[in-house]
Amino acid sequence: MPSDKLSGTLSTLLDWTTTSVGRVLISLVVPTITFLVMWQGFLFLRQGNAPQGVTVLIAVLWGVGGVGVIFLVTNWLIEQLPGRWCWRLRPYAFVGPALVILGWYLFMPTLRTFYISFFDARSTAFVGLDNYIFAFTDPKMVEAFRNNLLWLTFGTSFSVILGLFIALLADRSKFEALAKSLIFMPMAISFVGAGVIWRFVYFYRPPGIEQVGLLNALVVALGGDPQAWLTLNPWNNFFLVAILVWMQTGYATVILSAAIKSVPEEILEAGRIDGASEMQLLFHVLLPSIRGTIVTVTTSVLIIILKIFDIVFVMTNGNYGTEVIASQQYKQMFRFSHFGRGAALAILLLLAVIPVMWYNLKQLNEQEAFWL
Amino acid sequence: MGMKQRKTISDIVVNGVLLFLCLVWTLPTFGLLVSSFRYKDEVRRTGWWTAFSTQRESETPRFVLDNYLEVLMGRDFTYTSATGAEVRASGDDLSQAFLNSIAVTVPATVIPILIAAFAAYGFAWMDFPGRKVFFTIVVGLLVVPLQIALIPILRDYTLLQLNGTFLAIWLAHTGFGLPLATYLLYNYISNLPRDILESAFMDGASHFTTFIRLILPLSMPALASFAIFQFLWVWNDLLVALVFLGARPDVAVLTQRLQEMVGSRGQDWHLLTAGAFITMILPLTVFFSLQRYFVRGLLAGSVKG
Repeated sequence: MPSDKLSGTLSTLLDWTTTSVGRVLISLVVPTITFLVMWQGFLFLRQGNAPQGVTVLIAVLWGVGGVGVIFLVTNWLIEQLPGRWCWRLRPYAFVGPALVILGWYLFMPTLRTFYISFFDARSTAFVGLDNYIFAFTDPKMVEAFRNNLLWLTFGTSFSVILGLFIALLADRSKFEALAKSLIFMPMAISFVGAGVIWRFVYFYRPPGIEQVGLLNALVVALGGDPQAWLTLNPWNNFFLVAILVWMQTGYATVILSAAIKSVPEEILEAGRIDGASEMQLLFHVLLPSIRGTIVTVTTSVLIIILKIFDIVFVMTNGNYGTEVIASQQYKQMFRFSHFGRGAALAILLLLAVIPVMWYNLKQLNEQEAFWL
Repeated sequence: MGMKQRKTISDIVVNGVLLFLCLVWTLPTFGLLVSSFRYKDEVRRTGWWTAFSTQRESETPRFVLDNYLEVLMGRDFTYTSATGAEVRASGDDLSQAFLNSIAVTVPATVIPILIAAFAAYGFAWMDFPGRKVFFTIVVGLLVVPLQIALIPILRDYTLLQLNGTFLAIWLAHTGFGLPLATYLLYNYISNLPRDILESAFMDGASHFTTFIRLILPLSMPALASFAIFQFLWVWNDLLVALVFLGARPDVAVLTQRLQEMVGSRGQDWHLLTAGAFITMILPLTVFFSLQRYFVRGLLAGSVKG
């Protein structure tokens, strides 16, 4: 019977795969095939000749499936190893890919950017601290530092205080969920999208013509003259900051609202019985007990503002005295191709977040559970 | 009685102020949405709030879909510039950019989640040399600004000829999203009850099967939180796309195209509003339908670099 013969061959073949030679061979063949298939997919995508829909579909399948296959094959490979080695190597199959990518994309670049920041535009000649001296003395950069300070001060305080105010109001309202959703909504919008929304609000037409922008229409209706808000230095910076406040207040509201709700009702009730006014309760009981959350929210908003780029890029492109550090960083890199200066500015942004990093690591150190 | 009256007054004040703030917060977006459906000559001549007025002189329909058809499909068209001259311009063809945004966002969301989940499990439930050091590095990288990586990675990509490919931007977003993903998922996975895992090992399951069959399904809430976070982040990103996809129009994503439109048609509000709304529709849908998970993720997480 041919089927007997076939199953016989099959079983010898299966037996063979369990011998050490067979195992080594298969251990080599499987990853090679995986690699070849992935490589072909990559070449196909890089060429990009196929119709767009097909390319997108293959890109998604290749990207998502590829990572899954890599984990599967790695795990399978490790299971082929003798017990002790399998046990020793397995953790690295789990954390390895993450560590490689973090090393490549964040850890090493920090060192490399630091190195590049001491070289000239094309990274050929060592220039010492020249790029840093530029960063602190160039008029455009001085302007950027001033504006960033303005952003950090007003953007953060307005977002957090308004967020707290809305959270407190919402806590007393029947429409809490709806109100919070609406205030939170801009968080889902891109900075570019928000830029278009607010360019439309700030849109200016000369006096005498009907104003199409909301702000100027209001000003005219109230008897004022229309203004070109985005070129009105130094106030234009505040009109840009307003966009960020519009986007970040919802975040502050949501986080602070959750913190307010976690303050035990008994504490507030006890205060009321003692005859404390609502204002006294707010400043002496409620705010102190959510201080930790206020600090977290403030830090998060500070970090977002520190790197603010898109809003300036879309609204004014840094013209009319609105330059900030991150927009200068982008310009130095891609408009002026001055990699030394771009790198130095990136390092300055990094230095500014070091206190937060230090605080995070200190917190981690105190989490004893982790070190057990 | 006095108490009750005071309560009513304070209710009115609270809700009144809240309503006012909600109006201020919503009107700009609402104006954008209304304008995107208005006839283009009317957008140019009158404010969007007049669209609802009962006395209209114009004969044209109040709301049209033309603007959307033009930005989605338009390849070539003519328009009148601010100076009154007829200008011929290439269309925006945002439908292609929409597909590109999907091709960038879906893998750039799934890949970091998968990699981070494996890593979080490894950090939480396996012991190996270097565990503490590596996890400390992950936490340290949480707030590192991504600007730090742009120049070195751009050089690597030039060397590998990866610039302008989807792979380039997936990996970049994966790298920038991994610290937060690993940290969030570690917090969740390390708090799963120990007995669940122990009983799985007792039944002879390996780490790999335990992870796939048990840990991943149990971690769904945390995975969903981060997925929404990363999805919104990648979809809305402009800087990473500008740097690594660059000037190749065939792979440009929505934020890049919209930003170009702001430059090329700063006055054509009928097109800009429609274009902006197209970039917003998907994140807004995700946001409103999955808001619960998103908030949970925000509450659990800290700051992204």
